[in-house]
Amino acid sequence: MSDESTEKIVIKKPFRFKFYFTIAIVVFLIFGSAYFAGFNVYEVITNLGQTFRLLDKLFLPPAWDYTERIIGPLFETVQMAIVGSFLGAIVAFPVSLFAADNFIENKYVNTPVRFILNIFRTIPALVLAALFVAVFGIGSFAGIVALFIFSFGLISKLTYESIEAIDYGQVEAIKSLGANKLEVLRYAIIPQVLPQFMSYTLYAFEVNVRAAAVLGYVGAGGIGQTYERNLAMRYFDRVGMIIIVSFFAVLIIDVISRNIRKRLV
Amino acid sequence: MMETLVSNIPKKPKTNKLYKTLIFIAVFSIIIWAFDGLNYKGIMVTASGTVSGMIRGFLNPDIEYITNTTVDGLLNAVIETIAIAISGTFVSGILAIPFALFASQNIVGEKVSKVGKFIITMIRTFPELILALIFISVVGPGAPAGILALGIHSIGMLGKLYSESIESMDIGVKEAIESCGGNKSEVLFRAVLPQVAPEFLSYTLFRFEINMRAAATLGLVGAGGIGAPLIFAIRSRRWDRAFTIVIVLIITVTIIDFISGKIRKKLV
Repeated sequence: MSDESTEKIVIKKPFRFKFYFTIAIVVFLIFGSAYFAGFNVYEVITNLGQTFRLLDKLFLPPAWDYTERIIGPLFETVQMAIVGSFLGAIVAFPVSLFAADNFIENKYVNTPVRFILNIFRTIPALVLAALFVAVFGIGSFAGIVALFIFSFGLISKLTYESIEAIDYGQVEAIKSLGANKLEVLRYAIIPQVLPQFMSYTLYAFEVNVRAAAVLGYVGAGGIGQTYERNLAMRYFDRVGMIIIVSFFAVLIIDVISRNIRKRLV
Repeated sequence: MMETLVSNIPKKPKTNKLYKTLIFIAVFSIIIWAFDGLNYKGIMVTASGTVSGMIRGFLNPDIEYITNTTVDGLLNAVIETIAIAISGTFVSGILAIPFALFASQNIVGEKVSKVGKFIITMIRTFPELILALIFISVVGPGAPAGILALGIHSIGMLGKLYSESIESMDIGVKEAIESCGGNKSEVLFRAVLPQVAPEFLSYTLFRFEINMRAAATLGLVGAGGIGAPLIFAIRSRRWDRAFTIVIVLIITVTIIDFISGKIRKKLV
């Protein structure tokens, strides 16, 4: 008796058409893509043995004595990343001022600048590198130009968002004392965004180290080029060594850079 | 009047100048070292010809390629790229959940979570392009290799973000279910997942945006998608086709970013 009365209180959930419709679309998209791409889980599982055979060829054992020949390209990779992110940061700062709507209060400036920045960010670094290799020839210079453009897009996007999020009170305080645009920039904006800007530059550097490690695959210098050459000649043990060395290099750089970034912000 | 005002300005706090100078010198010398290693061999003789060819190609899109709806056409390549990104993101979205639980301090305890976090960092460090090359030798060149590469590589980022949102969730719900005698799987499905689901979906969509760009490059090594026709066009100096692909890629990525961004705003 009492059980029935409590049961009656339960409010029926409304039929959530939108919810089920969304789920149906998502399921359709996922299965549709898997079908279109010819992704077959069964095939993957049956081929799993292949993976182990390859891993065996790569890492058991890797060519330890090849290490000294990797160090040169590895340093080149890091140098490419440093130059790319440094130049990118230098160009990114002034440009981000033009994209921030609280510094240049003109929509007709902000919108086109942001639009161009967006375009730079949508082109993957590897595609840029492939294009620049065609212009500058095979070598690290093409890779550096690609990394420069890529980090420019990344840093300026993050920086202009930081500039827009600054405490505007300081800007108003300085303006009320009669400061011009440059003084506002020097005394109100730069002190507020500088730590973040440096942190973004380091972040771009981290991303660039990872990117630089594979840019060589299209001929844009760095350790990727050594990798590609050895893979083409099927020296799997050397490839394994390159993977190990670049893996630890990236890991170490990441840890150092992340610690500095934590201190900055 | 002015002078009295100026004298009222508080003095700058003392900072360790030596420390700052040392850091400055260190950073400066690292940058010099990096520039020193730059071997600029001068612009190739053919560069001006290449650039003018590029500009001509940029201004004359490859209409034939755009309107080609067969397997070799642009439309097919774009859909394949999106399909790789969706499937890869889905695979990693599922696989990342156990990794994230394994890395969350409030689920498995401090010691185990450190191991889990380290594994996730290792996965993140491994470049997806190299994963793609490994998987190409497993399932052959084509889209499935790209899906697997993205699916594994994205665990690195998703696992980290997932575990962060698990660690910041309201632990009271979990305790409530445990105190009612709920077992581990009940805790997972009734306390953890319902709380973090919107954030998980939002992160997954964000990763989907990144994977769109990644899927476009995977083709450069033969793992399916729009990268393959792009690298062929660049290598054979067919600039009209190359720039058609680049422009279509920019438009596709922008549209997907826009849609995904709108959905993410609604979710959180």
